[in-house]
Amino acid sequence: MTTSSITIGKLGTSKRLHIFINRCKNGDWLAHRITSLFAYTLLLLTALLVIELYRHSGPSIRSFGWSFFITRTWDPIAGQFGALPFIYGTLITSAIALLVAIPLGVGAAVFLAELAPREISDTLTFVIELLAAVPSVIYGLVGIFVLVPGMRDTVQPALKAVLGFLPLFRGPNYGVGLLSAGIVLAIMVLPFIISLSREALLAVPREQREGALAIGATRWEATWQVVMPGARLGIMGSILLALARALGETMAVTMVIGNNPKISASLLAPGYSIAAVIANEFTEATADLHLSALVELGLVLFLLTAIINGLGQLLIFATSGRGTKQE
Amino acid sequence: MSARRSWRKLVNAVMFFITGLCAAAAVFILLFILGYLVYFGGRSLNWSFLTELPKPVGESGGGMANAIVGTGKLLLLAALIGVPIGLLGGIYTAEFSGRIAAWLVRYTADLLSGVPSIVIGIFAYTLVVIPMRHFSILAGGIALGIMVIPATIRSTDQFLRSVPSTLREGALALGVSYWRAVATVVLPAALRGVITGSILALARVAGETAPLLFTAFSNRYWSPGWSQPTASLPVMIYTYAISPYDDWRRQAWAAALILLLLMLAINITVRYLLSSGKRMHS
Repeated sequence: MTTSSITIGKLGTSKRLHIFINRCKNGDWLAHRITSLFAYTLLLLTALLVIELYRHSGPSIRSFGWSFFITRTWDPIAGQFGALPFIYGTLITSAIALLVAIPLGVGAAVFLAELAPREISDTLTFVIELLAAVPSVIYGLVGIFVLVPGMRDTVQPALKAVLGFLPLFRGPNYGVGLLSAGIVLAIMVLPFIISLSREALLAVPREQREGALAIGATRWEATWQVVMPGARLGIMGSILLALARALGETMAVTMVIGNNPKISASLLAPGYSIAAVIANEFTEATADLHLSALVELGLVLFLLTAIINGLGQLLIFATSGRGTKQE
Repeated sequence: MSARRSWRKLVNAVMFFITGLCAAAAVFILLFILGYLVYFGGRSLNWSFLTELPKPVGESGGGMANAIVGTGKLLLLAALIGVPIGLLGGIYTAEFSGRIAAWLVRYTADLLSGVPSIVIGIFAYTLVVIPMRHFSILAGGIALGIMVIPATIRSTDQFLRSVPSTLREGALALGVSYWRAVATVVLPAALRGVITGSILALARVAGETAPLLFTAFSNRYWSPGWSQPTASLPVMIYTYAISPYDDWRRQAWAAALILLLLMLAINITVRYLLSSGKRMHS
């Protein structure tokens, strides 16, 4: 930038060069410039990501417009692309995941932050944080070979027997399907809910606990009536972050959801998710419109997760840094 | 009164038990996955698995040597791309930037780290694969590198800021310039955290599958150089797991075991180093 501006302007070339060299001798100025260059690479990449996604979804956006989101047909051969089955599958599996993971995760967080003795809590927290490091393809692998047979042979027949009068639990039973995908997702987001909710609980000032205990509350009463209300926003934030992860999760879902672009009322039926269809069809998409529709799905996924993540971080930011957690 | 009190104590005990059960369930899942992979994967793990190429369909045996090397090369590229940007960007955010620029960088880093990995894959596809017209290690490495950047920026930033400002002031009081204070006093003080932060970021992308599916793609043979498609452990696990062949499935378990042990080893070591570092400071 500076080199190009040397030749223009009122100052002579040599004078400009002189100023530039002098500035370079000033290490602070130079260090500031160099490091800022790398930091701005991040901003540039992120902007480029949005631009590229938008640019390459152009053909699809022009062909289908808003009807992309309400069309149920996805037919690459006929060139007809509607995202509804994928949006449906993504939302339903994420909802199942949260339904299972919120009680388990918040319960475990309460135990680790409030009720358990220190040593037990530290060890369990360590193990649970390791769970977050397990790659998603491994969850998918165990999902295929353990969860799917288990669902097909044990859980889903039982569900059909007991709750079969609901349309949610009707239809053929393959093992793979929305319910299985939702459960794998629940397991995957569990460590995030636990560790973020635990931090939200620990951020509640200790005096509030002590006050409740001092007037005779049991530990559980102090937790439930005093600490939990204080940590509510942070816990909600952790749930939103978990939701964003569940929406964008690809491999494990692809491996157990059944990959069938049909909208069915039954949770046992195979479905499809946005991320799964991108993973499955991207390398096979030969028609430009097909590729473009897949990129548009990626753009939808990006916007969805960006908004939910942003909200979650806002909530966590609002509650952190006012507690007794020592660093 | 006493009935009410024993009721309250009972509720307390029951809730302790229930929440404890929730925590135990989470721990059980990890132990189950580990045990399952050790049991099934351990049996198919042998020397030829580590040193041979995949055999054609129908022939049993063979290994994943090319996928192991492929993952190594992808990670090398990811480190070369992601770590310098992450480190220097983090130094900028913590030490040199103004308040607004720092907020902007942190906000963007959080945004980018929340982007689903499959979307990063699409991005790398449009950026590298379309212009080159074929899948390549380079494209995969760039996809993983992009994912390393935000995590490294955030951890570098965080560890630099946790260095007490008295250290900075002490150095400045001796008359050195600010950048020297950063380079010779602040950075060394935070070095352990900064390095482990980058290693954790790399470890996390080592298991990523989705961004590699249409960037590095896959390959049944060796892929010399940087411009050919390559096999990688996560993609091999995926391909083999959904295949109908028993032999391939067994190999998927073995590969998953290797990947999982690698992840756990890195994570445990890094956390141990960090916690022992904390004790030293205090």
